[in-house]
Amino acid sequence: MSVPFYVSPEQVMKDRADYARKGIARGRSLVAIEAAEGIAIVAENPSRTLYKISEIYDRIAFAGVGKYNEFQMLRVAGVRHADLKGFSYAREDVSAQSLANAYAQTLGQVFTHEMKPYEVEILVAQVASDPGGDELFHILYDGTVMDEDDFTVLGGQAESISAVMSERYEAGLALDACIRLGADVLSGADAPPLGAKQLEVAVLERGAPRRAFRRVTGEERDAVLAG
Amino acid sequence: MSDAPFPEFASHADPGPSFVDLLRRVAPHQVLGTGSTGPPAPDVTHGTTVVALRYAAGVVLAGDRRATAGFAIASRRIEKVFPADARSGIAIAGAAGPAVEMVRLFQVQLEHYEKIEGEQLSLEGKANQLSQLVRANLGAAMQGLVVVPLFAGYDERRDQGRVFSFDVTGGKYEETDFQAGGSGGVHARNWIKATWHEAISEDEAVDLSIRALFAAADEDTATGGPDLVRGIFPNIAVIEQSGYRALTDAEIAPRAEALIGGREEGAGQ
Repeated sequence: MSVPFYVSPEQVMKDRADYARKGIARGRSLVAIEAAEGIAIVAENPSRTLYKISEIYDRIAFAGVGKYNEFQMLRVAGVRHADLKGFSYAREDVSAQSLANAYAQTLGQVFTHEMKPYEVEILVAQVASDPGGDELFHILYDGTVMDEDDFTVLGGQAESISAVMSERYEAGLALDACIRLGADVLSGADAPPLGAKQLEVAVLERGAPRRAFRRVTGEERDAVLAG
Repeated sequence: MSDAPFPEFASHADPGPSFVDLLRRVAPHQVLGTGSTGPPAPDVTHGTTVVALRYAAGVVLAGDRRATAGFAIASRRIEKVFPADARSGIAIAGAAGPAVEMVRLFQVQLEHYEKIEGEQLSLEGKANQLSQLVRANLGAAMQGLVVVPLFAGYDERRDQGRVFSFDVTGGKYEETDFQAGGSGGVHARNWIKATWHEAISEDEAVDLSIRALFAAADEDTATGGPDLVRGIFPNIAVIEQSGYRALTDAEIAPRAEALIGGREEGAGQ
């Protein structure tokens, strides 16, 4: 009878984390920035149809980096969670925080119990009526939740992009300026800067009467990026 | 619900982009029309007359403000006209409780589909969805809780406004130009029929809806006319390519007051 090799739990967790991190590092990055009139979310994404950023609820957006089918599944689960809650209680009872907790729990369970962890990092963003109330929840592959202020960066190059962001971010920037800043930092040290066609842009508009999520696409996006 | 943070489904039981199916799986007691067996319902609140009419660039939806319970007036200010999504609206006649619930479910159903699929349903698709909700309510309808909505919207693929009516079994019928529903519907419909023409403008269509509702209120006790004493006027929405817009009372009031000294007064009896 063969005796299985003993592998310490530390080693198992480390291997899983390395596996997830490697998957995420292959993907492209995404940045969300709080602006005076809302929240700007910019992602490097050459596809015009396979979105990384999408609407969850009236004032809540979702974004994911890493494996498309995995964050897509999480996105659908989030929309269901929010719509069920809003229908059973009231629209204002749907919050980014409860959604972030549900995501953290799911990702944590998958990380410890399943064969393969999810190779994703996700963002749950909620715009408030005044800039101080905006919420950015950055959730990692193992269920770690980070409640970020001002801006957050997801993806393989998050550390280097965050460093540049902290130097260049100023509170109270206009939404358009934040979109341009996002596009700039995502280009990073890449030789040619990213063209408008390689960027997916969406915003949560503070002043919107109900559904705050809006995609900035086509000519509008090109014009905003051209400044 | 189980204690999993998100409900999970086997692939054959996945509700897909349908919120109603999702609700049936995780919270069936919240779905319209479930658990409705037993004796006929007592006198519950009923909403009455609604109209929908097409004009050159879109559609007008309008409803009076009265709700009745038996022979009593249950509400003078009930709303019967609601947005379904950005370019469509729904007007309800029948038992107010299930009707309002149906509107709420329909609104979430359309938005849920749009978010999950990343694109809107066609106007025809929306009308079919509403037809399924009306059919789901058939059990309750047999007990007297009938809900028959009018659905109208701007069809971007055809560049025109369209009107759909429904019967209690969920039967969906597209109307070429206009339709009215509820207890005063016959009177309102005749009034529209006598006046409507193909080139009718938005302003004329709004005025016609006010006049048609007045005609219904004139003949039907369950329909409320404009109440100049309390400042209660019909709910009116116009839907065109730019979207759904509910008219404010300040816009409707002078139009309703124009009935004074008009043809209706001249009718004398």
